[in-house]
Amino acid sequence: MTERTLAQALNDGLDVALRSDERVVLLGEDIGRTGGVFRITDGLRDKHGADRVYDTPVAEAGIVGAAFGMAVAGLRPVAEMQFMGFSYPAYDQIINHVARIRNRSNHRFTAPMVIRMPYGGGIGAAEHHSESTEAIYAHIPGLRVVVPSTPRDAKGLLLAAIEDPDPVVFLEPIRLYRSVKEEIPDIYYRVDIGPARVERPGDDVTLISWGAMMKETRQAAVALEEEGLSVEVLDLRTLIPLDRDAIALSVSKTGRAVVIHEAPLTAGFGAEVAATIQEHCLYDLRAPVQRVAGWDTVFPLKRSEHHYLPSVERIREAAMKTLED
Amino acid sequence: LGRGLDTLITIEPSSTLESIFGQTHADEGSSMFSLIKPDGSVVDRLPVTLDEMRSLYADMVEARIFDRKAMAMQRQGRLATYAPFQGQEAAQIGAAAALRDDDWVTATYRDAALNWRAGYPWELLILGRVGDERGGQVPEGVNVLPPSITVGGHMVHAVGLAWGEMLKGTDRVALTSFGDGATSEGDFHEAMNFAAVYQTATIFFCQNNGYAISYPVAEQTRSETIAAKAAAYGMPGERVDGNDVVAVLLKVQEATERARSGGGPTLIEAVTYRMGPHTTSDDPDRYREGSEADSWEERDPLRRVRLLLEKAGGWTEQWQAELEEEASRRIEAAVVVAESVPEPTLEEMLTRMHAAGPEPE
Repeated sequence: MTERTLAQALNDGLDVALRSDERVVLLGEDIGRTGGVFRITDGLRDKHGADRVYDTPVAEAGIVGAAFGMAVAGLRPVAEMQFMGFSYPAYDQIINHVARIRNRSNHRFTAPMVIRMPYGGGIGAAEHHSESTEAIYAHIPGLRVVVPSTPRDAKGLLLAAIEDPDPVVFLEPIRLYRSVKEEIPDIYYRVDIGPARVERPGDDVTLISWGAMMKETRQAAVALEEEGLSVEVLDLRTLIPLDRDAIALSVSKTGRAVVIHEAPLTAGFGAEVAATIQEHCLYDLRAPVQRVAGWDTVFPLKRSEHHYLPSVERIREAAMKTLED
Repeated sequence: LGRGLDTLITIEPSSTLESIFGQTHADEGSSMFSLIKPDGSVVDRLPVTLDEMRSLYADMVEARIFDRKAMAMQRQGRLATYAPFQGQEAAQIGAAAALRDDDWVTATYRDAALNWRAGYPWELLILGRVGDERGGQVPEGVNVLPPSITVGGHMVHAVGLAWGEMLKGTDRVALTSFGDGATSEGDFHEAMNFAAVYQTATIFFCQNNGYAISYPVAEQTRSETIAAKAAAYGMPGERVDGNDVVAVLLKVQEATERARSGGGPTLIEAVTYRMGPHTTSDDPDRYREGSEADSWEERDPLRRVRLLLEKAGGWTEQWQAELEEEASRRIEAAVVVAESVPEPTLEEMLTRMHAAGPEPE
């Protein structure tokens, strides 16, 4: 066991994957010599060689399309998009080919590959560097969408994603890269793609979130408990497949739910979660489901970030609202 | 039979290739590699045997019969939209004939002949056009991806496939076939650049058939030729008479040999002509003169080989009749197989998105 940040856990996961499976190949912009702009691949090129960890030309569709070919040929490529906002030029490849080849060939050809994307705001970055558009990937049949929020899950889910027989969009919360730390195993281990995780059990209200917003969600839970409430926190960890059973089980018990995400409210993934709750738990609900989300605006530049990002206070207020009457 | 054709036919290299083969492109001056003239005479010695020549011809005949059958079936409502390749048989058969059985192919909706010659069974090509995803399930061992319907997205796949094979330590190549229109897509640039940077064993095989639906190639690009674009990426570019099956075969063969020995990718522009419409839902009279297509009739890729074989004593009317009869029989049998595939079930639709099927509710 070693104490690692989420960023270090991902680096460790990639290191372990490169060591244990010769089919694993990493490719992306600046991931070799400099170890990536967030240093997630730091040291891996020196350790495993330039023919396992490739610096690529600046061309996201090229990176994803080439990784697709490698995957069809039997390798296990892990492609990095430097920021989620830079994945849009590759969206055609992801939607039209990566997500569809199994369907198009009736299982004859498959694309077992991982597309890693640092996502989310809160670091005062330039435009396009703070996206959290997970819903647009979650909407595409044929993709898995994974969003860890802890170092332990990050490494385990990453190794599971690399092993997965289908393509996985792997979202890494930039804001949490170095702000969460925990002891994690040094060995190869997997965290299954699919199951959500009850991070904190409680009886009065369920807070449901994933990825970057788990930080504020945890803080809100602590604040609410200090006010005498029993709060359950559910970390979805994977959006596709969605663990509808875990959502239903928790909300049936508490009768109250708040869904929290950083992306814009309208048509955000929270809508899918809220719909799931009304389908499965309507008669157990004691209050309307609350959504705490970003605004329906472009993610703002540095000086307005605090206006945009859902705050601990907004989450607390939404939870209190479910307790009115 | 079986003797080299060069022992049978030797004709002095012609002074200007353009006098034999008209240009579809603005650049009247740029030359292109060509061996068999439209009248069946030979520009230079042919490095193929008479048997090989007859076999290439037989494949082109079979491909043309398939194309006509598919068009007829579409008119009868038995196929969804179909994109005919008539006029491009030499380009497609020649390119595929240069490949090894285990090489990769990523091609387009207009490349049924190329895909078939590379191992994709007729019945599955038909099944795909009937409108059934099971048409994309090629047999194990056939490394041909289902036809790409988007224009250009599949070119970079041939880079990744060849790159993957390189890392696996094989000498397989990946050939990607696309049209003149696809060279305007950003995908073309990214694929060409990646292939050159990593020296992948990728053959970029462009069938310049003059039109992207209605848009003429002269307006598609200001480059003198499509082959000329290769220079910008640091790879060889070849321009070849796409209606000359042997010229195409040789140039693709050269490219595969170079690729297999670590020499990297090649761009080949096969200049040809789409005799028919873009698809069954298109009327070419809206954007080109009928006389233009007529002028290509005499440059027909099958006709010139028949004339050549006739001169070499390798063609008779009886043999032609036999070829057509056998090809028709195989294609009719493939149609029967394709049309007898049972209706797909809802279960099948739901279980092919992921390895484990849909998520449990």
